[in-house]
Amino acid sequence: MTAAPRVALFATCFNDTMWPDTPRATVSLLERLGVTVEFPMAQTCCGQMFTNTGYVDEAVPLVRAFVDVFGSYDAVVAPSGSCTGSVREQHQWIAERSGDSGLAREVEQLTPRVHELSEYLVDVLGVVDVGAYFPHRVTYHPTCHSLRMLRVGDRPQQLLRAVRGIDLVELPSATECCGFGGTFAMKNADISVAMGSDKARHIRETGAEVVVAGDNSCLAHIGGLLDRQRAGVRSLHLAQILASTEEDPA
Amino acid sequence: MKKAARSTAPERNPVGITTPTYLGMPKFPKLAAPELRNPVLRHNLQMATHTIRDKRAQVVGEVDDWEALRVDGARSKDAALNNLDEHLEELERNLQKAGATVHWARDAEEACSIVVELVQESLGAPAKYSEERSGGETSWGGGEVVKVKSMATQEIELNEALEAAGISAWETDLAELIVQLGHDRPSHILVPAIHRNRSQIREIFDREMGKVGRPAPDGMTDEPAQLAEAARQHLREKFLRARVAISGANFAVADTGTLVVLESEGNGRMCLTLPETLISVVGIEKVVPTWDDLGTFMQLLPRSSTGERMNPYTTMWTGATPDDGPQDVHVVLLDNGRTRVLEDELGRQALRCIRCSACLNVCPVYERAGGHAYGSVYPGPIGAVLTPQLRGTASPIDESLPYASSLCGACFDACPVRIDIPRMLVELRSQVVDQHRGGVPSAEAAGMRAASWVFGNHKRLEGVQAGAAAASRLFGKRTSISQLPWPASAWTQARNAPTPPKESFRSWWRRTHEEPRS
Amino acid sequence: MSTAREEILGRIRHALDGSGARTADTAAGPVGMTGAPTPGSTAHDAMVERFVEVTADYRAVVQRCGPEQLAAHVAAALQAYGAGRVVIPPGLEQDWLSASEAEFVIDDDVSTEGLDRCDAVVTAASVGIAETGTIVLDHTADQGRRALTLVPDVHVCVIRESQVTPDVPGAIRLLRPAIEAHRALTWISGPSATSDIELNRIEGVHGPRHLHVIVVAG
Repeated sequence: MTAAPRVALFATCFNDTMWPDTPRATVSLLERLGVTVEFPMAQTCCGQMFTNTGYVDEAVPLVRAFVDVFGSYDAVVAPSGSCTGSVREQHQWIAERSGDSGLAREVEQLTPRVHELSEYLVDVLGVVDVGAYFPHRVTYHPTCHSLRMLRVGDRPQQLLRAVRGIDLVELPSATECCGFGGTFAMKNADISVAMGSDKARHIRETGAEVVVAGDNSCLAHIGGLLDRQRAGVRSLHLAQILASTEEDPA
Repeated sequence: MKKAARSTAPERNPVGITTPTYLGMPKFPKLAAPELRNPVLRHNLQMATHTIRDKRAQVVGEVDDWEALRVDGARSKDAALNNLDEHLEELERNLQKAGATVHWARDAEEACSIVVELVQESLGAPAKYSEERSGGETSWGGGEVVKVKSMATQEIELNEALEAAGISAWETDLAELIVQLGHDRPSHILVPAIHRNRSQIREIFDREMGKVGRPAPDGMTDEPAQLAEAARQHLREKFLRARVAISGANFAVADTGTLVVLESEGNGRMCLTLPETLISVVGIEKVVPTWDDLGTFMQLLPRSSTGERMNPYTTMWTGATPDDGPQDVHVVLLDNGRTRVLEDELGRQALRCIRCSACLNVCPVYERAGGHAYGSVYPGPIGAVLTPQLRGTASPIDESLPYASSLCGACFDACPVRIDIPRMLVELRSQVVDQHRGGVPSAEAAGMRAASWVFGNHKRLEGVQAGAAAASRLFGKRTSISQLPWPASAWTQARNAPTPPKESFRSWWRRTHEEPRS
Repeated sequence: MSTAREEILGRIRHALDGSGARTADTAAGPVGMTGAPTPGSTAHDAMVERFVEVTADYRAVVQRCGPEQLAAHVAAALQAYGAGRVVIPPGLEQDWLSASEAEFVIDDDVSTEGLDRCDAVVTAASVGIAETGTIVLDHTADQGRRALTLVPDVHVCVIRESQVTPDVPGAIRLLRPAIEAHRALTWISGPSATSDIELNRIEGVHGPRHLHVIVVAG
């Protein structure tokens, strides 16, 4: 028998500060699956907000810190497609752009070991049925960065379909962006809201009680609109549904 | 973006000319606002983009290995661009061998004056006509040319230059005709009148056709077939009498000297075949190295563009063909900022663009903002990366374009030549930010710097989290906030914001996972 | 002062010299060419059938026939469109027209207005592309100069089965000699069409509104 797998949890700054239920659910899910989870306290942020707004110099120290904090782990798991995407698709460029070739090398070695949650469960642990129970009507929104940056494909749906009691319904025009887009939501607020309103309408059309996604940033935008509309639809992160059990429901 | 190492002088190549129409335009969100509030436009755009999107998906799905075609398209364009000087010289030699005259234009102004002079010569205008005209002596009644849809001639605002020289330029593509008669601007690369519906088009034809030629038939309804018939009748007399035509080219093949124009209606064939003189304005990035490369592009372009296996008509011509078509053939090779784009290792990918507009049709931002908000003849995602590179990022519109995207990535997936638009947008954003460094920082820049400082150390982040936890007590049982002060008001104008949690994740972790062990 | 040509080429060298671009590997690999099946084989017949289907998909009228039926098919097609005055290229096989009672005008630099007074044109073709339903004219003697197949409203085009090739790269390869001889090419896929009004496809704008293709065995 092999030793229990060990992972470092990259909670992401946004989840850590605003949506603690998601990393908590990630911990309980992974521990339930026999994984030893560590949370390196020195972690902060992947720097995506800076990078995507053009403040790339400001992201350099965060890339440095990320490598310092997580460089020694065999596997890093993050409950966010977007932040994982930033690490895997942007850190290399940021390091090279800064002219720090040593940092670029360290990034290159670390990034293949950084996984988004559904990738880690399906590809590394090889599980689809995580023993969850969630007796509700749910629709899944694939966030752009998990879909088109990380290419997680249908891994989240595979995991959701295996949840006991779930009524998973298809979301119309699912692959269309919800309009969050980081600071895009503020800089082009009108267009962002127009996109989000269409997404919210599609969600309501499904009659789902819960909209689930792999990124709380997108969910904050979608949920903020649904909440304003008093739609009565809850938004939940994938980790929270997968962690949900009869004894400890989400 | 990372610059190629240089052996020569450090100055950068010049940016292209911002033509008068787009000078002084405000930034993207401001231009998009009225479009966003126009329900007719929103409806027209949504219908149109989704229709082409679905057609494209279907014909792309028919191809065994679309990805291999995309890779080859990108390869061919890179091969052309990586040794662009050699390919242009080869193109020039082969064009000259086939009886064409080749002209070079550094910018929009130079290209326009070359074309105006050529037209004047062909139509037998008196020498130095323009000087005479400016002196008030008009001894020439003016003339006319027919035009086949060309992005390059729109980019340089050639029609306006011709008009100033007393030459009428008739657009012959149906959508371009609608735009021209409606005194409007194009809003899409492929279907420039996408923002107009049939009743608007009927009204424009009815009102305007008679002013410039054969009027629309009496009792014309807004049936698309009747509108197309009116255009056929209106333009036919112009085609049959035209002596000069102006075109662009979709491709220019270096090893044969062949120019290629893809079209649907036959207006292109009319322009490329019937007149005595043909002048083609071709951006220098339109060159492909070899004839065989067309085997890939003639698959990629129609399927990506109109969503057809093949467009109805394509003309391929090599200089002047004896006893067939125009015998006086000119090609104007246009820079206008392209060599500036070429300087940038990543940015030069934008020069691969074959103007198919697939990225527009899948873009959720374009679908809602419309084409006019992009402040250029190149709208949508490709416009957002091409325009700020061609014109630089000095103006409000040009520096706002890289931000006109949610970075959703749909454009890259649709691009037939694999232009990494999302990555290029991020790099252009960094250029915009960097060009403002050094002065008094904006509120945003100051905020970003402060945030970077906070995230630079977990203890500082924990300080902020403690503050949030304290603030959470103010909200009691409420879980969301509907009104926040500026700048967060941009969020809460239509979205509720979450209240901060009572305990951050790391506090919970410390409480549950660390303290018992210590 | 340098010329525009020198200056633009100089700018290009300024942008590229010393960068990785100059040495990047951009050699072409084989892409998407399936190779033509042997004429007379079942595979060849299936390819021709595909050509017929796809061409018809774009609302061209397409017929297959044997060489002995060709003249009758040409005559019937012209009659169906009510074509009384028909222009033909100088090198067209006269046998093809033997069953028709239309008035044939052999092109001898007929003026554009003269072409406009013709109801139809009959030509041969150079290459057919099965996967896209495309006919390519290289404007040799049996196809005539470009204006012939552009101005009249009906184009009856005769293509031999052996001229059909499976795909676009194959067609491009077959067409190289014509291009090297500086001949113009016209690729035709169905009749003239537009989708500029609310994305509705309308057949027939400026080019021939009717394309009638006869695929003849052999």
